[in-house]
Amino acid sequence: MTELIRRYGKSLTTLMVLLTAFWLLILVLIPNLVLFQFSFKPYLPVDELGGAKDFYSLNNYITFFTSPIHINIFFMTVLYSSAVTILCLVLSYPLAYFLAKVVNPKTAPSIFLLLIIPLWVSEILRSFAWFIILAFNGPLNAMLQGIGLIQDPIRWITGYNAVIVGLVYSYLLFMLLPIYNAISSLDTNQIEASEDLGASLWRTHWRVVIPHSKPGIASGCVMVFMLCAGSVIVPSTLASPSSRWFTEIIQQWMFEGLDWNTGAAYAFLLLALCIIFVSLVMRVLNVRLVDIAK
Amino acid sequence: MSEDVTLSNISMDFGNFRAVDNVNITIKAGEFFSFLGPSGCGKTTILRLISGFMDPTAGKILIGGKDMTGTRPNERPTALIFQNLALFPLMPIWENIAFGLEVRGIDKATRRKKAEELLKLVDLKDSADKKVSQLSGGQKQRVAIARALAVEPKVMLLDEPLSALDLKLRQHMRAELRAIQKRTGVTFIYITHDQGEALAMSDRVGVMSQGVLQQVSAPNEIYNNPANGFVASFVGENNIFDGKIKAIKGGMASFETSQGVFDAKVGPGVEKNTVVRLYVRPEHSLLAKAASKTSNSIPVEVTDLAFEGNFINVFLRDAAGHTHMAQMQNDPNSPLPSRGSKLHMNFDGDDSLLLVHAKTRG
Repeated sequence: MTELIRRYGKSLTTLMVLLTAFWLLILVLIPNLVLFQFSFKPYLPVDELGGAKDFYSLNNYITFFTSPIHINIFFMTVLYSSAVTILCLVLSYPLAYFLAKVVNPKTAPSIFLLLIIPLWVSEILRSFAWFIILAFNGPLNAMLQGIGLIQDPIRWITGYNAVIVGLVYSYLLFMLLPIYNAISSLDTNQIEASEDLGASLWRTHWRVVIPHSKPGIASGCVMVFMLCAGSVIVPSTLASPSSRWFTEIIQQWMFEGLDWNTGAAYAFLLLALCIIFVSLVMRVLNVRLVDIAK
Repeated sequence: MSEDVTLSNISMDFGNFRAVDNVNITIKAGEFFSFLGPSGCGKTTILRLISGFMDPTAGKILIGGKDMTGTRPNERPTALIFQNLALFPLMPIWENIAFGLEVRGIDKATRRKKAEELLKLVDLKDSADKKVSQLSGGQKQRVAIARALAVEPKVMLLDEPLSALDLKLRQHMRAELRAIQKRTGVTFIYITHDQGEALAMSDRVGVMSQGVLQQVSAPNEIYNNPANGFVASFVGENNIFDGKIKAIKGGMASFETSQGVFDAKVGPGVEKNTVVRLYVRPEHSLLAKAASKTSNSIPVEVTDLAFEGNFINVFLRDAAGHTHMAQMQNDPNSPLPSRGSKLHMNFDGDDSLLLVHAKTRG
């Protein structure tokens, strides 16, 4: 604090501290606390608020645990978010290594530009684009039929297929960039030293590159998982009749049922899930929170 | 145990830039060989070519008589010690050292034993479980050596590994490297821009400039009989005179300069019309009150003195305004020349060398 004052002067420091406090308190903490409080109250008509029925209970949470369909959707969301995370990791790691260590540093920015351009289009449009691409009479089937790979069109949008494709496509960069950063910071001499000592490419990655990029892998996994679990647009746009996402249930409670209380309880269950996932990833990869935050 | 390394007509181009120009040399098995040259002379490129991280544009590299073309670094019998050492910071010391054995599928107990033996060899007995960051510069150095020795290489390649150490430690590590080399008998190929390092450690030194190998000789030969002006100037100090050869007779020439006509030995490849310069070492440039009758001599004025302990460098200016340097032994019983005093610099014809500038093509 004294360091901040010495550097920026009293007025600027006060401004910065106030802005940070505003963001944390008003925009993050208080709304969450209000919802947290909501989640323990029953959904009542206005005239019964503050009446005999208005008391704190775990009933909203019990609603979840007594409805097998919701529990099933919750675990499907966890399962498929994890699947998307793993897919993103498998796709990103070789690409990140390629960009960080193989490609000429002069051409890397143009490749990044190509990767980032799709992000200029909104998530809804990108999801719709995939909806069209994967449609039964869509361009993907037409192309596969055109080159003679398949005889009859394939129904792609069944189960969670399309949702997985859309989520991987949407969040791949959130995995790629942290891993790319981590690998870039690795001294190339270490890769060469490993090879010089006789290591195969695979072992060099396993013993030198991956351990070094663990913080990047961890933060990529955490980000992609949370974005997936919290995504509404992609799972609803690319949904098939048999794919439901937990965020859709929360949305139904809040905006179709107007029951903010149960919705809030469900939202906190999702938050708890994400916290558990983050700690699990940190435990598995043996990294600390500060490593991820970097 | 160790193998010889032959570079046969090796050239390496980077675009239009020729980093290594037709280098031919055989480094003997068990030899401590140094490539010496200024930065950008192509010596690191040679090391990377031998270790296999690059393929030469032209020519062949043979290790123990076997052509290495197309052999990846992980399959060559070489071990490279990087300039920044490139230790693995996330592994404890013993795993760093045993990495090469781990790669070869040797079990953990044997690996650990071997790592501890090597740690003893480099005098770091109790550091097996320490982290890389807990070691000092000199200790890291020794871990890097142990890591490279663990794979029992036939040829050890060292890329200026001492450049990051302070002077005292550097001198200590020189002796240690030399001792390890003699003990293990492995062929050492050492890259450095530090002439002191190269002369003190090596059996033979190859001096390089602009991709061209200028001279390959034992350290004393390099210093006493440099092949050309570049080698003479890069290895040690010189007083240099421009001029023209008047006559050559029996290995000696008379050389006409603006300061007079001097006797001088004829360097390799020098003939009557070759463009040459005359090189005299400061320790052969003797200061006296009177001009010598039997050797070359010029009148000089003392401009400055640098006391170096066991010897003194005396900076001089001749009548034409050129600067020279004379080196004299420190003798407490004789007075130092004072600044501004007018003296004569005498140098024997046998200590004066006529040399061409440098080889420009390999």
